Amino acid sequence: MIPASFDYERASSLDEALSLLAAGGEDARPLAGGHSLLPLMRLRLARPSLLVDIGGIDELRGVRDDGDSVTIGALTTHHEVAGAAALTGGSGLIAKVAEGIGDPQVRHRGTLGGSVAHADPASDLPAALLALDAEVTLAGPGGTRSVAAADFFVGPFMSAADDGEIVTGVRVPKREGWGSAYQKFQRRAQDWAIVGVAAVVNWTDSGIAGAAIGLTNMGGTPLRAHAVEAALTGTSEKAQILAAVSKVSELETPPADENASSEYRLHLAQVLIARAVAEAAGCPGMQR
Amino acid sequence: MATAEKYVGGGVPRKEDPKLLTGQGQFLEGLTLPGMLHAALVRSPHGSARIDSVDVSAAAAADGVVAAYSGADLADEWAAGLPMAWPVTDDIRIPDHWPVAQDVARYVGDAVAVVVATSRNAALDAAELVEVDYEVLDAVVDVEAAVADGAPRVHESFDDNKSYTWALTNGEVDEAFAKADVVVKERYTQPRLIPNAMEPRAVVAQPVPSTGDFTVWSTTQIPHVAKVLFALTLGIPESQIRVIAPSDVGGGFGSKLNVYAEEALCIALARRLGKPVKWVAGRSEGYLATIHGRDQVQEIEIAATSDGDILGYRVHILAAMGAYLQLVAPGVPLLGAFLYCGCYGGEAYHFECTGVFTNTTPTDAYRGAGRPEATYAIERAIDSLAREVGVDPAEIRRRNFLPAGDMVQSPGGLAFDSADYEPALDRALELLDYDGFRSDQAERREGGGSRQIGVGFSSYVEICGLAPSQVLASLKYAAGGWDAATVRMLPTGKAEVVTGSSPHGQGHVTSWSQIAADALGIPYEDVTVLHGDTHVAPHGMNTYGSRSLAVAGVAVHNACDRVVDKARGLAAHLLEVAPEDLEYEAGIFSVKGVPDRTKSMPELAFAAWTAHSLPEDSEPGLEASCVYDPPNFTFPFGTHVAVVEVDTETGAVDLVRYIAVDDCGPVINPVIVDGQVHGGVAQGIAAALYEEATYAEDGTLETSSMVNYLVPSAAEFPSFETDRTVTPSTSNPMGVKGIGEAGTIGSAPAVINAIVDALSHLGVTDVPMPASPERVWRAIQAAQGGEA
Repeated sequence: MIPASFDYERASSLDEALSLLAAGGEDARPLAGGHSLLPLMRLRLARPSLLVDIGGIDELRGVRDDGDSVTIGALTTHHEVAGAAALTGGSGLIAKVAEGIGDPQVRHRGTLGGSVAHADPASDLPAALLALDAEVTLAGPGGTRSVAAADFFVGPFMSAADDGEIVTGVRVPKREGWGSAYQKFQRRAQDWAIVGVAAVVNWTDSGIAGAAIGLTNMGGTPLRAHAVEAALTGTSEKAQILAAVSKVSELETPPADENASSEYRLHLAQVLIARAVAEAAGCPGMQR
Repeated sequence: MATAEKYVGGGVPRKEDPKLLTGQGQFLEGLTLPGMLHAALVRSPHGSARIDSVDVSAAAAADGVVAAYSGADLADEWAAGLPMAWPVTDDIRIPDHWPVAQDVARYVGDAVAVVVATSRNAALDAAELVEVDYEVLDAVVDVEAAVADGAPRVHESFDDNKSYTWALTNGEVDEAFAKADVVVKERYTQPRLIPNAMEPRAVVAQPVPSTGDFTVWSTTQIPHVAKVLFALTLGIPESQIRVIAPSDVGGGFGSKLNVYAEEALCIALARRLGKPVKWVAGRSEGYLATIHGRDQVQEIEIAATSDGDILGYRVHILAAMGAYLQLVAPGVPLLGAFLYCGCYGGEAYHFECTGVFTNTTPTDAYRGAGRPEATYAIERAIDSLAREVGVDPAEIRRRNFLPAGDMVQSPGGLAFDSADYEPALDRALELLDYDGFRSDQAERREGGGSRQIGVGFSSYVEICGLAPSQVLASLKYAAGGWDAATVRMLPTGKAEVVTGSSPHGQGHVTSWSQIAADALGIPYEDVTVLHGDTHVAPHGMNTYGSRSLAVAGVAVHNACDRVVDKARGLAAHLLEVAPEDLEYEAGIFSVKGVPDRTKSMPELAFAAWTAHSLPEDSEPGLEASCVYDPPNFTFPFGTHVAVVEVDTETGAVDLVRYIAVDDCGPVINPVIVDGQVHGGVAQGIAAALYEEATYAEDGTLETSSMVNYLVPSAAEFPSFETDRTVTPSTSNPMGVKGIGEAGTIGSAPAVINAIVDALSHLGVTDVPMPASPERVWRAIQAAQGGEA
């Protein structure tokens, strides 16, 4: 399919991009790697009047080590994120997730910011950002602001970003000493997750001292499994973990589609949380 | 001929590849003609709807638009509806099938209007402006629902949704079942599949208004057949139509073995507007408007002794035709009708198939066409029999194999040439290390973990070399099964091979070059193969059903022999000896006993061209033709083995090993044969694990793009292990059989049998295709007494 007609501008700075978007009105959209927006345009499900290409804005690209946290620019590709040395400790989750997005072509064109802004409940990075209590940074006509990941994703393909705002990046706490894992379940290697589980775990000699679980494609937004996290804390054995994961059923009813019923998604989530936690804990005794 | 080994059998690089690998392929989308217009179709969004009105005025007034028409506007263009060439019974119901629907749209994607503009973009934009008033009717999309009482009728003019019922009985079937110790009865569904050729369909029709001639470029597998059918559909003399399948057509798998609405439409629009008209399918548009495959419900019963010796078979099939009958759709189940007994014996056989209309995209031949369905049913059911009588699945196959030999009578009614099924099974078991596998499996089961392994077998026999024309007549197919070749030596010693096959990825240019180079004793590089243009290659029945080598390739071989015969006469004349005093080897005739008195093929080609001195009664030129009508089908066979690891917690299936041992007779090019096996196996595994087109009750195609119609990529497959046995066919002088579909035919049941084997200790006996993780998980839950 061929997109409907649209105008195109390429911005050379963030300020220029913001003023182009402001002038373009509500049907203007920023274009980064194009891996979410262009397929929708080709199906004519999205019909922006103007695309503002932000791909050439260098200030939005790159990974910066801020000590306790890492700041990732919106235009950083998934491939670059996957290889970022600054992502240590629990924040290594972001690199693990990025490594499994799509296929090599997607990872070399698709960007972190584009994926976050698209707010697809089936995409992987949002659940990881949620698990890490990351912040999303935005720039708009009124200046810049930060929004907690937990507040950023408000519905399917809906975020807290206002019209005319651009996602400029994310800030991710490192959580040194924590382990991480992303369990992604899909039919084909390049598919979206049927269910994804992003886990960071603080494993100590006495067991799990802390855990955070983000879920992909288990609801209209990425979800935090707070009840599971609470039940996991203080556990150290496989049987206890298996009991804790059943708390995932306290969340909203998972979606049903051609790949999975609600019931099966719920079952998968439990299996995958247990696996992710065991992997993130790095404790062989807890793995199957 | 010592040189016979020179190219044939060798893995010479494909001549087709350099241009494809460097982006120089000449595909139809790249064709632009002066003044060319572009068509875009408006398609029904409803599974069944009466068309109350079509208003094209806004579209016609849009920028760049030249014309816009409803189905009614175009009704006068058609001398006949779109063709259907296989009326399998005398009482078959054949509905009218207009390129653009006139009164009722019968599936989502049925064309209801067309817009023609100066650019493709303008046509697509304007197509959105066509306003159609529909009265939405009840649709029926499921083949069993369609034959139930009170089902909505796809065609109001017929009493119900049945198109035809075709039956075949051999032997005393009731008797065989009456005396059986064991009867297994199984029901299988063949999911609907969407063919995914790399290149979507496209067509360009160019008129010459002053003469009434048309040149039609189409991404077709069948340029010659299409030419005849375009003439009948459009009322244009066949002599005024030239059809060209471009030198590169990007795959078909049967989906381009058809005559489509858009082809007829572009010709009609070119005739009406006096300008070339082009249409190119989008991928998702192709999902609606290009034929689908499979979509059958099968019931198979096997009667056997308590030892597992098969006595008889009963098979009942419901086969979805979709909303209309496409070119050979009714015959597709017949291509499998003789094979529900596989390569096994027995005394009696009954097959019955009902073709059913549903409000869906029409089905037709898709890679294997009838044979994957038949092979799936028998290869799954024989595993059920093995379980029932407590015999190992490899052993039960061996026990029931037809005896080795030539023209071995099958219970299905056909006589199989070159039957020798045990060596392929033995080789597959050896590659697998069957005993080692079973001991690994026992260990896993003992361990009780969540990763269990299983092995599945599929010993298939199939039918290629379509087809003896007289046999086609008995099956009511409306064309012959021959093919044609002309081999022409050029004055400089090069050769042209003109073939009636129409390659679209198979590598005929390479294979035909190998055959001709060996026969004529000239370098492989010196052979050019011409194909796909009805002005260049006037005769052909084209490429489908793994027929090309065993029919068109044999025609090339025979034509080469005739060229050598003529060359022998000329050589004898020039060397002043009798023809029988000459020896021929590697393109050189030499006088027996006087080896330095010779004439080479290039020398003779030049002499034949100058014609300065020819034998009496001989004509200038060195060229011969052959139209080859095969005396019998060919019957390739083999054993495929799948090894899977199943995650019993999630239901995920990991294909760990895939072994294919095929017997397609002597191999012209092992690289090409391996490629066909790899691609075919991938498509069969895709059916077993991934692909399924589904419709909502209102007729909406739910799997409308590659996002949710799951075509697997290389990442989903292990490295395939291929091997061969070689049992030459006795039906043709080269002994060749065909390999284009074997991989697809053999693979799906092997994979599902492996999944069932992996879970058999949990009580699982069946998992439907495609074996999605949820289906596998539910099968485990059901077997364990939980809810399914």
